[in-house]
Amino acid sequence: MSAILELNGLTKQFGGLIAVNDVSLAVPEGGIFGLIGPNGAGKTTIFNLITGVYKVSKGTIMFQGRPITNLEPYQIADSGVTRTFQNIRLFKNLTVFENVFTACHTSAHYSVAEALFRLPRFAREEKAIRAKATELLTIMGLQDRLDVTANNLPYGLQRRLEITRALALDPKLLLLDEPAAGMNPDETNDLMRLIGEVRDKFHLSVLVIEHHMDLIMGICEQVHVLNFGCTLASGTAESIADDPKVVEAYLGGEGKKSC
Amino acid sequence: MEYILGIFELSAINLVAVLGLSILTGFTGLFSFGHAGFMAIGAYVGAIVTARLHLPFVAAILAAGLVAGIISIGIGRLTLKLKGDYFCIATMGFGEAIRLILNNWAWVGGARGWESIPQFKGISVSLPFIVAIISVILVWNMVNSRQGRNMVAVREEELAAQMAGINVMRTKMMALVTSAVLAGIAGALMANFVGFIAPKTFNMTKSTELTIIVIFGGIGSISGSVLGALLLTALPEIFRAFSDWRLVFYGLAVIVIMVGRPQGLLGGMELTPAGLRKAAAANKAKAALLAESRAMEKRGEI
Repeated sequence: MSAILELNGLTKQFGGLIAVNDVSLAVPEGGIFGLIGPNGAGKTTIFNLITGVYKVSKGTIMFQGRPITNLEPYQIADSGVTRTFQNIRLFKNLTVFENVFTACHTSAHYSVAEALFRLPRFAREEKAIRAKATELLTIMGLQDRLDVTANNLPYGLQRRLEITRALALDPKLLLLDEPAAGMNPDETNDLMRLIGEVRDKFHLSVLVIEHHMDLIMGICEQVHVLNFGCTLASGTAESIADDPKVVEAYLGGEGKKSC
Repeated sequence: MEYILGIFELSAINLVAVLGLSILTGFTGLFSFGHAGFMAIGAYVGAIVTARLHLPFVAAILAAGLVAGIISIGIGRLTLKLKGDYFCIATMGFGEAIRLILNNWAWVGGARGWESIPQFKGISVSLPFIVAIISVILVWNMVNSRQGRNMVAVREEELAAQMAGINVMRTKMMALVTSAVLAGIAGALMANFVGFIAPKTFNMTKSTELTIIVIFGGIGSISGSVLGALLLTALPEIFRAFSDWRLVFYGLAVIVIMVGRPQGLLGGMELTPAGLRKAAAANKAKAALLAESRAMEKRGEI
């Protein structure tokens, strides 16, 4: 299995603070890769570096063998990397359908002039992306909620809608930032199933940040552990669970256990 | 009769400028308090083309839109990186700067203004209406395209829009240039309609008036902007008989809307068959969702 995403010596400095320090990892094509670590370990910062929200201080990011380091966020999204957010960021006042319909824009190529004067290509492509959005929402089980304003959607479905919106860009790599945050065990189980299904159906690779260890252990083939911006361990889910360094980072060292 | 027609003409001219601002503020979420500046550019460029270059009025309209658009590209480069209130203040500065430049430029009349600009009464009575109708159609087509949806996405959640592959800077620039072109055209129409322009016609009060109309009509609604432009241009004229009191009525109308309908008259919905169907569907979906959660509550699942 070749790597779809490779981070080489990735470093991010905010002034004197090194948020991410020399992290290297490779997400295998078609795999579900877990990124874990205590709060403040730099997990979300890595997502922001990959997606171009932050500029990289040092190191390179390779996606499908091509460097995407420091490209503009929309260019990275166009090349096939999309993400969801830890605190859900939907287009709140738009309906479920409109959220996905908007994100389908990369499948249409008509120009402003073609839109202004309603030329044939406009009608053709609009129809195509309308169908695409409907199909996606049906696959994701949101077909009964098309007209609901995103804001009014129950929490679990908002997560689902955010993933659907990300899929509308036909990504090759999906970055999920704590998708199970605030979910109960039932919802978490549903989500685990959903992530697996999405990976198989859309032929993509998944990089997921999570605190729910059941989810990580349940679906991730490989796990990378961060602590204070540095790599702590990397390997299969089982090997990570037994790693004393990881246990120490999460539960505190021998001497500190008493508190 | 001519007086009534004049009010409608003025409404149509205001509407053209308001439509542009509706794109920028209502759909893209960028507040501007300097659009009178673009109107001023359009008015003066239009006047130069007709009075100094003796070209037909259509050329004046085109030149006004073009020059305002080009200047907005420069302004956009400088200011679109600014966030929220900072952008707003920058546009305010731009509007005032334009006014002050015109105030001190004797060739175009300076602070005294520019009198007896050639008026093309013959064709031009219907011209504002034609331009307004064309603008409504084109702006409608724009907001109902992928470019327009991208603007709304930027307004709703800029970061998520970026992650959805939207070039935020380009989208904002497109909104700004469109709004400036329309404001410029409105300025040229205004100069022709009144026959006299002065820098103080395009002061901050004018900018604020345009923004108030957009908010009054409803954020993210073309029909709201049309309604707002008609009502708020005509209202002070209708109440002219009450002389001193008319601005009180104007203010009162705006306050009643702000308190009673903070989203504006038609915030987020359109007064068209499809738009009304959509609003009804959204209401129904919301009610269904509520009923569902109530039922779950009853069963004790929550």
